[in-house]
Amino acid sequence: MNDMRVLERDVDANATKIAARGVQVYYGDTHAIKDVNVDIQDKTVTAFIGPSGCGKSTFLRCLNRMNDTIDVCRVQGDIHIDGEDIYDKRVDPVQLRAKVGMVFQKPNPFPKSIYDNVAYGPKIHGLAKNKADLDDIVERALRRGAIWDEVKDRLQAPGTGLSGGQQQRLCIARAVATEPEVLLMDEPCSALDPIATAQVEELIDELRQNYSVVIVTHSMQQAARVSQKTAFFHLGNLVEYGETGTIFTNPEDPRTESYITGRIG
Amino acid sequence: MTDASMPTSSDAKPRTPLTTVDARTKKRKAAEARFRMYGIAGIATGIFFLIVLLASIVASGTGAFQQTFINVPVYLDPAKLDKNGNRNPAELAKVSTFGYTPLIQEALLTQVQNNGIETPLEKRGDMKAMISASAAAQVRDVVLGDPDMIGETVEFRILASSRVDGYLKDRVKREDVARDKNIDAEHLDLVDALVPLGIVQKTFNIDFITGADASESRAEAAGIGVSMIGSFFMMLVVLVLALPIGVAASIYLEEFAPKNRLTDLIEVNIANLAAVPSIVFGILGLAVFIQFMHLPQSAPLVGGMVLTLMTLPTIIISTRASLKAVPPSIRDAALGVGASKMQSVFHHVLPLAAPGILTGTIIGLAQALGETAPLLLIGMVGFIASNAPDSIASGLLDPNSAMPAQIYEWAKRADPAFYERAWGGIIILLLFLITMNTIAVILRRRFERRW
Repeated sequence: MNDMRVLERDVDANATKIAARGVQVYYGDTHAIKDVNVDIQDKTVTAFIGPSGCGKSTFLRCLNRMNDTIDVCRVQGDIHIDGEDIYDKRVDPVQLRAKVGMVFQKPNPFPKSIYDNVAYGPKIHGLAKNKADLDDIVERALRRGAIWDEVKDRLQAPGTGLSGGQQQRLCIARAVATEPEVLLMDEPCSALDPIATAQVEELIDELRQNYSVVIVTHSMQQAARVSQKTAFFHLGNLVEYGETGTIFTNPEDPRTESYITGRIG
Repeated sequence: MTDASMPTSSDAKPRTPLTTVDARTKKRKAAEARFRMYGIAGIATGIFFLIVLLASIVASGTGAFQQTFINVPVYLDPAKLDKNGNRNPAELAKVSTFGYTPLIQEALLTQVQNNGIETPLEKRGDMKAMISASAAAQVRDVVLGDPDMIGETVEFRILASSRVDGYLKDRVKREDVARDKNIDAEHLDLVDALVPLGIVQKTFNIDFITGADASESRAEAAGIGVSMIGSFFMMLVVLVLALPIGVAASIYLEEFAPKNRLTDLIEVNIANLAAVPSIVFGILGLAVFIQFMHLPQSAPLVGGMVLTLMTLPTIIISTRASLKAVPPSIRDAALGVGASKMQSVFHHVLPLAAPGILTGTIIGLAQALGETAPLLLIGMVGFIASNAPDSIASGLLDPNSAMPAQIYEWAKRADPAFYERAWGGIIILLLFLITMNTIAVILRRRFERRW
């Protein structure tokens, strides 16, 4: 990890996990996302980069319909996950969100014990048949969140008592506990120090084996370090989408080049 | 810096040493000192008036917790109480309190004479001014409860009249007695003589806390207990109605309701309702609950419903505030793992808001407990002279009074002894309010979570 030899990073030719076509998002009268088409691949880390307010988080929140909770927000266009239209009237967003997990910018563990934090999702979705089953799920999730060794002796301690980096890994563990297929991360490291960031990035790379990970980040270095695919958003438009290596070394669009060289943004 | 055309040193401001304070800084410091003085003066005034208030309440009200009693052995004369001698309860009940009064007066007179006290009061009737009008009823109740006592001499602890009581509490002065037709100076001399003998005694008065109200002429027998029960039933009604309705309404408005003109209007109206004078709620209760729905007057149920209307805005506002204070990241987190809206509210948001909700509810209850005006309009000033448990037999629907209404009633009456009881009632009411507010603070401290 943390090597900058992005050109040599191999990208598997994976199947498309999420396909977005002609996505438009409006906040009231504001046109926040303008006609975005993108194919996000399975078992790949896809990074969304771009200046503040360019719509990358908004687009991310379309993928698990978190925008439904905002009254003024309207989404148009098609988003398919595994060929299924997630904006179909018959789709229950609650069910969708179990399949598309999300990690937020600020670590937001529930003010409950570490165990309860992770066990909450499986409990409400009925994933565990009994207590032992639930214990297994919690342990597996915490191991995947790379935090098991640090908390295994204090599972009943409050999740809010952990350090910032531990809290964020706990939130990742909580998200993976419901066995999602896609993991959305909205600037997961922006509230963390460099060491915690490195740990989370390492974790993201491991998660790629099982999930399709979409990460929004402000840090271009982070995008270069963790992702295989990068999408550059600017003023609500998807300007360029491609192999991370290509985007960072040989972008096609002049706006992308300006942004990654620090002239706009 | 590459700018060569800097002002020369002759134009530069003379450098003042840091150790000397310049005029501007002095002015600012003075303004700050003045502001602090205003603040301290304001707080000191507040504390001063609080102390004056508490001191006057305690000084005027403590008397109500003490009462003067007369210990006297009463000979229960069978010739007077049971003329036929068959101890038939139905016949015994025919003898009214008028039959008992002479016995008690006789007993006190005997006591006075046996102890060799010199007094011009030599007739039985002279003792009337010493003894409370309720004494006869007290003795009669005991006798009817146990008819076998008739014929024996039984030691009774009867209430002294309110004038005797007032004399021992410095409320009735010798110089006032000249104009008082209820008591004479000779009676006061007699009281002075009886106190060292232990016959007239001033002791703690539990009956004030547990007892019922008494008529105008028997201030010494009045207690706040029954209206306390009335207040308790009302609070029960308020809690049962206002808490679920208020919390459910605020959760809906805060978490589920779409934000549009209608909900904005509702929101503004709730805020305004909190500021509506309580007497308006009283007249609303009178019109709706009593005149339209024909619920009984003076009933704690109706009082509780009126107070519920009044408390709801308080509870809704404080509940919404505490729901708002729960960070949105918690809701996001719950929705993010696939919780439904309802699950996110009930599993995560509500537990975090619970201390605030509880505090708001208790403050609302305390407010309702002290409310008088709406109760006057719906007639929650029932005169209940029978003691508990008779007076609470059917609880919510029986006419009753409430503590603040009772205090208001006493304050209106002529006898200064009632005035003293009004202050005593205020002490009890304040104790309740302080207790409730303390519970609110403790709950907030205890359950408040930080995240």
